Formats: sequence, structure tokens, C-alpha cells
Amino acid sequence: MAIADIPEYAHLTDSDVEALGAELDAIRADIEADRGERDARYLRNTIRLQRGLEVTGRALTVGARKRSMWWAGATTLGLAKIVENMELGHNVMHGQWDWMNDPEVHSTSWEWDNTGPSAHWKHTHNFIHHKYTNVLGMDDDVGYGLLRVTRDQRWKPFNLGNLFYNTALAALFEYGIAAQHLELGKKRKTPEAKAELRRDITDVGTKIARQVGKDYVVYPALVGAVTRSPEAARKTATANLLANIMRNFWTNAVIFCGHFPDGAEKFTKFDLKDETQGQWYLRQMLGSANFRSGPVLGFMSGNLSYQIEHHIFPDLPSNRLAEISVRVQALCEKYDLPYTTGSFPVQYAKSWRTMAKLSLPNKYLRATSDDAPETASEKRFRGEGESRLTPVVDAGTGRRRGLRTAIAENRSRLRARVSA
Amino acid sequence: MGWRERFEAPVAGVAGSSGGKWARAALARVTTPLLPDDYLHLVNPLWSARELRGRIVSVTPVTSDSATIVVRPGWGFSFDYHPGQYIGIGVLVDGRWTWRSYSLTSEPDSSRDAGTVSITVKAMPEGFLSSHLVNGLTPGTVVRLAAPAGEFVLPDPLPAKLLFVTAGSGVTPIMSMLRMMRRRRQRVDAILVHSAPDAADVLFAGELREIDDSGLVEVKLRLTQSDGRLDSAALAELVPDLTEREVWACGPGGFIEMVTSTFEQAGRSDHLHIERFALERGEAGAQGGTVTFGRGGKQIEADGAATLLEAGEKAGVLMPFGCRMGICQSCVVMLDKGAVRDLRNGAEHVEGERIQTCVSAAAGDCTLDV
Ligand code: FES
Repeated sequence: MAIADIPEYAHLTDSDVEALGAELDAIRADIEADRGERDARYLRNTIRLQRGLEVTGRALTVGARKRSMWWAGATTLGLAKIVENMELGHNVMHGQWDWMNDPEVHSTSWEWDNTGPSAHWKHTHNFIHHKYTNVLGMDDDVGYGLLRVTRDQRWKPFNLGNLFYNTALAALFEYGIAAQHLELGKKRKTPEAKAELRRDITDVGTKIARQVGKDYVVYPALVGAVTRSPEAARKTATANLLANIMRNFWTNAVIFCGHFPDGAEKFTKFDLKDETQGQWYLRQMLGSANFRSGPVLGFMSGNLSYQIEHHIFPDLPSNRLAEISVRVQALCEKYDLPYTTGSFPVQYAKSWRTMAKLSLPNKYLRATSDDAPETASEKRFRGEGESRLTPVVDAGTGRRRGLRTAIAENRSRLRARVSA
Repeated sequence: MGWRERFEAPVAGVAGSSGGKWARAALARVTTPLLPDDYLHLVNPLWSARELRGRIVSVTPVTSDSATIVVRPGWGFSFDYHPGQYIGIGVLVDGRWTWRSYSLTSEPDSSRDAGTVSITVKAMPEGFLSSHLVNGLTPGTVVRLAAPAGEFVLPDPLPAKLLFVTAGSGVTPIMSMLRMMRRRRQRVDAILVHSAPDAADVLFAGELREIDDSGLVEVKLRLTQSDGRLDSAALAELVPDLTEREVWACGPGGFIEMVTSTFEQAGRSDHLHIERFALERGEAGAQGGTVTFGRGGKQIEADGAATLLEAGEKAGVLMPFGCRMGICQSCVVMLDKGAVRDLRNGAEHVEGERIQTCVSAAAGDCTLDV
């Protein structure tokens, strides 16, 4: 049963957790004090690049009757949509650029090129997901109400289709996100709740109509009119479709790498009112996972290759996460905490592996929900009848022996048992 | 909603002619969720009607610490403002847009002909932006603008007997009025009493002298370093028929209080029109204050520890919120007046900035747009 006592799981005392929190606060303060023209220039260049790609992609599809132009147009537009979604939309709406006080690049006014309205997404993502990260029953991003991504979720025959659902979800990701805010499974009893749902459905409907209208009706019609060719219009529509699907698969992959690879922990529901800032930080660190990236992969993922850092500081500018990660890794070293990362293909493959495994009922699975790759609890370190663990500092080296060491020991013990 | 509103919906709130609006609304179908302007202003920063913008034409020193800044506004700016009104100007400093309001010193008729407006800014010792405007701004710089606003204007036709009372840069809105009177040849019995520390500090000294010589307005200068501060008695002495006049007064807080009490005692406060200039910043370091919720006008006293979100809820205002811990941006609103402090890092935010109410407290009196 997922983690209930986070400090115990992390092998930290309460004062350790507060000290860790203070160190992270200091990192935030440093970055905030240093934000300036350089960062603003980065953002302006990103906007210019994105709009340039978009215009180029759309211009290329005018010649979409030619095969090579079709591919060139579709992929350029796909790239434009990826940048728009990740480095711009996601990050601007997090308020990462609010400090610039620019009304056009502000969390309150940004509308993204996605079927889900920005206002809805800010609620489900910025508020629900980022506050209740990986808390079962509170964070809807854990499986999006569709996938079984941890064995804490009870198996139902429906879950046999886990792999299929995620393929479909990835292709139609923007629609999934648009529907997420509506919480269609929820019962609405009061008239206010019903009215709210109606309003939300209208908002989503309007946004979908605009997006679909642009990509599949207005723009193709325009190209058709310019080239006087219905064939070119049709080809433009399919190029737009490819661009959208490209973007959907990519964002889905990046997001899945953030919380579903092995080592990204899940937590049981608890009283969040008592959670201190330090405990919140710790939960973000344990619940998120990175993938390794250079500048290009980092940029194309909206710097969500630094998901851990992003979850600790959701509103600090994305272009600073790389340097923050150096300091966060040093903290993980100091407190002997795991820093979950790997190459992009490996991290993504791990989340698919988990989804494949979890399409089956638990009786076919080896690990328990206290000691599985995708979910664990403090019980994995406790012997029979033992109660709360306390952290130890090695008398010889002065080094802390904490969670990272404990996990490594667990693993070697397991390996020894398997080979025996 | 009729088809027309529906069609124009994406450009609602964008200034411009109706033909331009229609073209933009049609194009917006292709550029949604952006507007055509979002692409156009990458080519030329002034080609945007979504946000008012302008380009600095010139910065000309007026006194040793003040300058007149001439701005050519881009699309969507309307030149039918009234003398005495102010505009908001946003300047990019270290990657941040910093906003202040300044009275227009140009007058509408010549503005329309030249396609420019002007403001006159005095560098305040503590005023980070005003110093930048006076000393650091170069022609060609693109600035953001907020449309002219303000109630401090003259009626049409003018009252038969006029009095202007100003101190320091309080003369700037009056300058616009005087220039319009001169251009439109509006002659009435008008007096201007202006006080400044010494002769070198008098804004528009030469032009005021000309205006005085031409008989348009009788200008009475008060140099406080030699003549002493202007008070009720001195004012009454300078303008014996004070109580027969319709009065426009502008200056710092203490000065306005003096003028107000003078006219209250005379039972003539309904003939007094005042404009206080906003301080460059709130009182630095202030803790707590009266929070006004602009849309409903509700008010509450808040200390320096209470978040504005809590204060608003206590006052019965419907405050937007989400996480209540500063990470989701659901609670962000515009700070219309005053200053607030971010409780996490102590950073002060001033009017014209959007703030997170769940992690900010009042730093002096402030007004929120909620
Ligand atoms: S309520 Fe989430 S940032 Fe204020």
C-alpha cells in the first residue's frame, strides 16, 4: 500500500526534512534574484522560433500535393505544436514567466493550441496535479482515470486493455486532457454543480470547435482556394492531422516519463493540511522522475526532462532547471535520496513495461504494492513487527545512510535470493 | 449571442476601426488561439492592436532632473483624450515590464496632427523607473501604453473664472490644459499659482512666462526656498477672489491637503477638482493596510501577515483560488493601486502588476481588481 509515512520512507527525521526544505528555498531565492534580461530573451526567442516554425509549416503545406512538401509541412508544423505545447503553453501557464509582467506572456492570459481550454487545464494540472502529486485518489494524473499504472489501483477486467488504452490516449492526448477537467465519472447532485458542468462542457465544445475548425476546415479550405485544388485541401488537412498526432504522442511520452517509470513513488491519501513545505518538497522529489537530455531534447520536452526540479519549483523559468538540477542532485547526495533518471527510451520503456504488467491481476505479479518498481511503501524496509525506522549516520565516514543506500541494499538482497 | 458578436468574439476588447476588426476577426480563425497581431508584431512591434504600444520619438531635458518624452503610439491608440488625463507607460527594464502612470503634457489637437503624445517625467530620488525614463531611455525604444484615463479634466465651455494651483510636477496635467486653451484660443479669467523649490526647478518656465505675457493666464510663481511654503493664507493673498473661482489643483499629498482644507473652510469644496500624484512606490516597508476590492468596492483592514486571499474571503469577496500555496496561479489578480508584499520572499509588487493573492499581504493601502 503506497507510502503513508513519507519521512520514514525517505529515512529522514522531521528536522532533516525541514533542513532540506530550507536548502531548496535558498535555491529558489537565488534563481529569483538572478532572473533578468537573459531569461526574457530566451523566452522571446522561443516565441519567435515557435511562430516561425508554425508559419513555415503552414506555408509548406500549400504545396502539400507533392509528397516531400507534405512531409516537410506536417513535421514542421508538428514541431511548432510541440514547442507551443511544452516550452510555451505548459510553462507560461505555470506562471514561470509572470515575473516579466508582460500581459501577453502571462499565466492569466495565455491560451494554448490544444483542445482543452487553458483555464480548465490550469485547474487540473497546476492545482490538482501539482499540489497533490501522486497522492492516490487525489491526483487524477495517476492513470487519468483510464490506465492502471500502480498496483495500488485494484485490478478490473477492464485493465486488460491497458496497453491499447494508452496507445489511444497518446494519439488523442489533447482530447483526453480536455475531457479530464469535466470529471465525467463524478456524480453531480446540486443544481450549481450541474450548471458548472454545463458551462465547462460549453467551454470545451467551443475550444474544440475552434481548434478543429482551424486545422481541418478553415486552413485546408484556404489552401484549396489558393491552389484551386481540392486535392491540396485534403492533403493539408491530413498534414495537420499528422502534426497534431505527432504532438499528442510526444507530450504523452514526456509526461509519462515524469511520473510512471520505476522509482517514481505513489502516496496514500493523508491529511494535506498538516503537510509542511519541506514535506511537500520531499513528496515532489520522490514522486517525480527525470530523463537525461541535452539542450535539444531538453528544449523539445519543455525542459520536463527535469521533471523533479519542475515539481519542486513549478513556477521557476524552465531554462533554469538544468542548472537547478545540479544543486538538487547535490542535495540528494547529501541526504542520500534517490534521484530517479535514465535515458529517454529507457524511462519511457519502463512506464510501458509497468502498464503491460499491470494489465494483469496481482496474482500474476511477483512484487507487492509495498515493494514494486512503480510503487513502494515504508514497509519494504521494516522487518517483522518493527516500527518506525530512524536514519543512521555512519560513525566512520560521517555519511548519512538513507533511502538510496537502503534501496540499493534491498536490490542486492533480492538479487542474492534470486541467484541462490 | 448574435452571429455578429460571435464572429467578433476573438477580437472583442481589441481597439481599432470596424473594418480592421472584421479583417482581424476573420484572420483569427486561422491563427486561433492567437490573434493575427501576435504574428504581425514580430515583424513590427507597433503592429498590434491587442496591446497598445508606442515607440519613443525623443527625450528632451526640461530641467536638470526632468525630461519630456514624446511617444508615437501604434495601432489602436485613440487621440481623443482630454487635457489633464494620464496614460500608463510600461518600460522593459532587466527583462521586466515596469509600469507607471504619467499625465499627458501634449494636447489632443496637435497630438492628432503629429501622431504623437508626450509626458513630462521628473526623476524621483527613490524612483527607479522615473530615473530610468529621464536618463536611460533612448529614442526608438518600444514601450507599452495604457489608454488615457482620469477624471481630472476641464469642462467645455470653460468656467468664466478659473484657478490652477500646482506644486512640483503637479503642473504637468495643467500644462496640457493650458496648451489646449492656447491652441483653441479659449480666453477666460484664469490664474495659475505654481510652487517649486527654486527657479531652476520650475518645469516649463519659459513657456509659462510666454503664456503669462500673452495674457492667456496670469502665472504666479512661488519659490518655496525663498518665499516659504505656500499655505492657506498665502494662497488667499495671491488670489483674493479665490472663492469665486472653479479650481483645479495637482501636487503631492501634503500640498493637496492644504488646498483642500482651504476650500473646505471657505465652504467651496464642490468647486475644487484635485489630482494627487501617485507616489512612485507605496510607502517602502509598510506592513498591512486597507485593502479595497475594486469591483465591488468592499474594504477591509489587513495586517502584514494576512494573505490578501484570506482578507478578501473575510470581507465576503468571491476570491478566485486553487492551491493556496503559491504554485497554481489560480488566484492571480491585478494590483490596481498601492503595493503588496510576497510573503515567501519579501518582494514588493506595485500597481500595474498581477499578484498571487494566496501568498501576498498588503504593504500599505492597496486596491485589487476583483
Ligand atoms: S491559489 Fe494557487 S497560486 Fe494562489
